[in-house]
Parts: sequence; structure tokens; C-alpha cells
Amino acid sequence: MSRTVYDLIGLAAGVAFILALKGLSHPKTARRGNLIGAFGATLATLVVFFYANPGTSLPLNNLGWILGAMLIGLVIGVPAARKVQMTQMPQLVALFNGVGGGAAALVAIVEYLHLGTEATTAEVIFTVFTVIVGCVSFSGSIITFLKLQELMTTRPVIFPAGRFIIAATLASVIGVGGWVVTALGTTPLLILAGLSLLFGILFVLPVGGADVPIVISLLNAFTGLTVAASGYVLDSVLLIIAGTLVGASGTILTRLMAEAMGRSLFGTLFGAFTAKPQDASDSGEERPVRSGSPDDVAILLNYARRVVIVPGFGLAVAQAQHTVRELADMMIAKGIDVAYGIHPVAGRMPGHMNVLLAEANVPYEQLAEMDEVNPTFGQTDVAIVIGANDVVNPAAQTSPGCPIYGMPILEVNQAANIIFLKRSMRPGFAGIENELLYDPKTMLLFGDAKASLTKVVSALKAL
Amino acid sequence: MEPMAIVSIFVLAVFVGFEVVSKVSSTLHTPLMSGANAIHGVILVGAIIVADHSSTNLELGLSVAAIILATINMVGGFVVTDRMLEMFKGNKK
Repeated sequence: MSRTVYDLIGLAAGVAFILALKGLSHPKTARRGNLIGAFGATLATLVVFFYANPGTSLPLNNLGWILGAMLIGLVIGVPAARKVQMTQMPQLVALFNGVGGGAAALVAIVEYLHLGTEATTAEVIFTVFTVIVGCVSFSGSIITFLKLQELMTTRPVIFPAGRFIIAATLASVIGVGGWVVTALGTTPLLILAGLSLLFGILFVLPVGGADVPIVISLLNAFTGLTVAASGYVLDSVLLIIAGTLVGASGTILTRLMAEAMGRSLFGTLFGAFTAKPQDASDSGEERPVRSGSPDDVAILLNYARRVVIVPGFGLAVAQAQHTVRELADMMIAKGIDVAYGIHPVAGRMPGHMNVLLAEANVPYEQLAEMDEVNPTFGQTDVAIVIGANDVVNPAAQTSPGCPIYGMPILEVNQAANIIFLKRSMRPGFAGIENELLYDPKTMLLFGDAKASLTKVVSALKAL
Repeated sequence: MEPMAIVSIFVLAVFVGFEVVSKVSSTLHTPLMSGANAIHGVILVGAIIVADHSSTNLELGLSVAAIILATINMVGGFVVTDRMLEMFKGNKK
């Protein structure tokens, strides 16, 4: 195959990626968009096997190793993607992103070893960039995975003099990077990789659990840029186009997500260092709450005219999507106006809740976005908050010191009655006390969301 | 390749990247991130190229690791995105 044909096919794959991102931006074309992207990636991968670089011949060297490694990747990747529960999908995306960053860093290291002293300065600079950013993306993504999987604390991890340690690590990463460019050598490059891995860990540790999705999106954009830089070193236009597209769209997406959460990107990354410590006084005392039985809840619902269901991650954890749909259908049969109020960041990632409810076949028309549903809470008789906390916490509007201050919330406090289904009085993912739980018009129903809802359904049936 | 050609490709791709996702609704943020994530799995192409010209065991070993990781990224990414989007199907108005 001639170089021209090879490059043309690469261009076709690049166009497929543009169409894929375009398609993914609209609900109707999203699935097709993803398939076009997969087609482009397959095409790009296949064509490599049919093009020999000048001075080499086909088949590719080490063909057995290459095919074997791809097979291993398939055997790991496909089952992981097929079997993961939808609730755990954000951390899987984080892992996939991390391994991509790791792959880019490895490719850069191999190419560096291969070129040796023949490398031009520009190639070395791009290699250094890829190793740094790829390693940061890899180790940072592992930390986001651990946080989302709750294998480590979801709260910001702050250590004494943290910002100085981070700044010092970053300075040494840049210093060693400069050393590699001027001195050339394998040892400096490996030291650079180690320091970059460390920096990735330190950089993500102070980020609070609720902000982790924004960081995943940012690291995703980072990985894109490393792929673009590899494309320069490997003389592949396709890698430059694909990497740059992901880098640019990932940056925009990061900003959109931060906006949906009412956060600035800077505040997300460095907020833990500047936030005032929360008042410790209100944590110790036991305050009275009003808890109810499933029958109380059923009676309240039976005489309501309008009910808004506010689902949160707790609903998904309890696998109660189907039960909540059953409850909603029953209320609709009784002539009650029912809507689901979906916060943009309900769940663990923006749009996550829509995916989870779609899985339970909740009709799309019943899902109301925050801007639609907020003006209606004044006419709502009952708001049922199921396994959500931070997204309805009025502290986001009233207490400037708290970590979620400024995040738009679902204003359930405007509804005539509020029912909270909760496992315990434990605060939400962001770790902030919710004043609404102590409101006199709030009733709490403790227990597993699915078990509680099942009881409410049977109580409502009996009425 | 000509440095100016590369700079031009880069700058134009940045603008295309900005443009295609600028109006996405928050409902699709998660699948879009996941789909973009799968696209950078195309680093697999780079991993295969370096495996082809690996001449030492160290180079080959690192390339094989890169191919495994990149394949997981690419294939897993597209499969999980498709699973997410499959659920939106049938709920269209």
C-alpha cells in the first residue's frame, strides 16, 4: 500500500472521529455517532498492518506479539465494559482513560529508546510532554477510580504544606523534563516518568468526591493531547487529528460540566486548599428529625395532586429504579401528576441519572431537567428525595463557606411536603450536613431505598 | 512533515473539537466523555507502529504493554459507550 493511500485512509478515520463527536452531542444520533467512531478506530487499526515504512517490509515485525497483545486487551476490555453495573460506570471510564494515558506514555518511551541520539530536539520535547502528561493522566485516573469505588476516602485529602509539596513536585517534573531535553538519556526519562506519576497522585488527592467527574473529564482531555504529541513523533496525521479533537472537545466538556455544577475549574482543583474549615459545632449534637412509616408516606402521596421524584445515586445503589417506576405508574393511574426532577449531576457524573433511569424504562417525557422542574416546586404537594442529598441541599444557596456553595440545586424546599428516603443520617458524597433534614415539613423514611419503596407501593395499593 | 502543516492541522482540529461539542445537553455529558475517551484509544495505532520497529527486548516488552493498554482503552471505551446509549433507545419522544 502506498503512503498516499495509507494517509487517505487515516484522513477518513479522522473524519469519522469528527462525525462521531458531532453525533454524540445529540440524543437521536448519539448511538450512531459512537458506532461511526468505532468504525473509524477499527479502520485506522487495520490499515497499519498493510503499510510498510520505508526500509521495512510486510508483514510487520513482531506480528505475533502484536496480535497476542491485542487479544489480551480484548479479553480484558470487552467483558469489563459489558459486565460493569451502570452505577459503577464512571470509574470504569476513568480506568479506560488512565490506561490510554499509560499507553501513550509507553509509546513515547519506546520511541525515545528507539531513536536514541537520532532524535531531533522537537521530537524530544514532544516525547517529554507525552511522558509527563500520560503518566499524570494514568496515576490521576487510578486515584479517581479509587475515590469513586470508595476504596479510599471521597473527601479531599489535604496534608500539611500540601500545596508546597505539589508545587515542588511540579517544579522538579519541569526541571527533569528540561534535563531530558538537554542531556538525553534513559535514566532521566525514567526519573521523569516516576515524578510525573507522583504528581498525578498528588494533583488528584485534594479533589473532593463530588468534583471527581470534572477531573476525569480534564484527564481525558490531557490524554487526547498526549496522543496528538505522539502523532508528531510517529509522523501520523491521524493521531494528531484524533488526539487534538479529544483534547479540545474534552476541554470544552470539562468547562460545561463545571458550569453545570456551578464550580470554577480552578476551585475544583485547588478549592480544598483555600476553603474555610466547616463549623465543627453542628456535627456533635443530636437534633430531632421527624421520621415516618411507609403508611404515612403512602397516605401523603395518595392525597397529593402533584409529586416530584428526585432520584439520587442512593436509588441506583439500591437497584430501586424499577420499584420507583412502579410507584410512579401507580400514582399516575390514580390521576396524580408525577415528574422526575433530574439534577444535571445526579449520580456520579453529569447525565449519569438519565442513563440509570433509562435502564429501568422510565419514559423520557417524565424526566424533567432542573430548569424545567424548579419553578414548579411551589405547586408541588410532595417531593420525594430518594437517595439524593447534595443536589437538594439549600446550603449551596445559603452558606458561602461550604464546598458546594454556588452549585445550582433542585429547590425541593419550596414543596409543601418533603419525603427523604435515606439509609442513615450520614451526609452525602460531598460530606456536608443537610439542614433540610431537620425542616418541620420533612419526613424521613429510613432504610434501604428498594425495601422502603416496596413497602410504600404495597401500602399505597391497600389504600 | 512540514512544521507549518502540522501547526495548521493542530489549530484547525482544536476549533473543530470546540465546535462539535459546544451545544451538548447535560444528559449526554457522560456518554460523550466516554466516547471521546474511546477515540483517544487510537493510540493503539502508535503502539503497533513502535512494536513493529522494536529492536530490543525492553522496547518490545514496553510496546506489548502499550498495545494491551491501548486496546483496553479503545475497545472497552466504545463498548461501554454503546451500552450507555442503548438504554436511551426506545425512550425517544
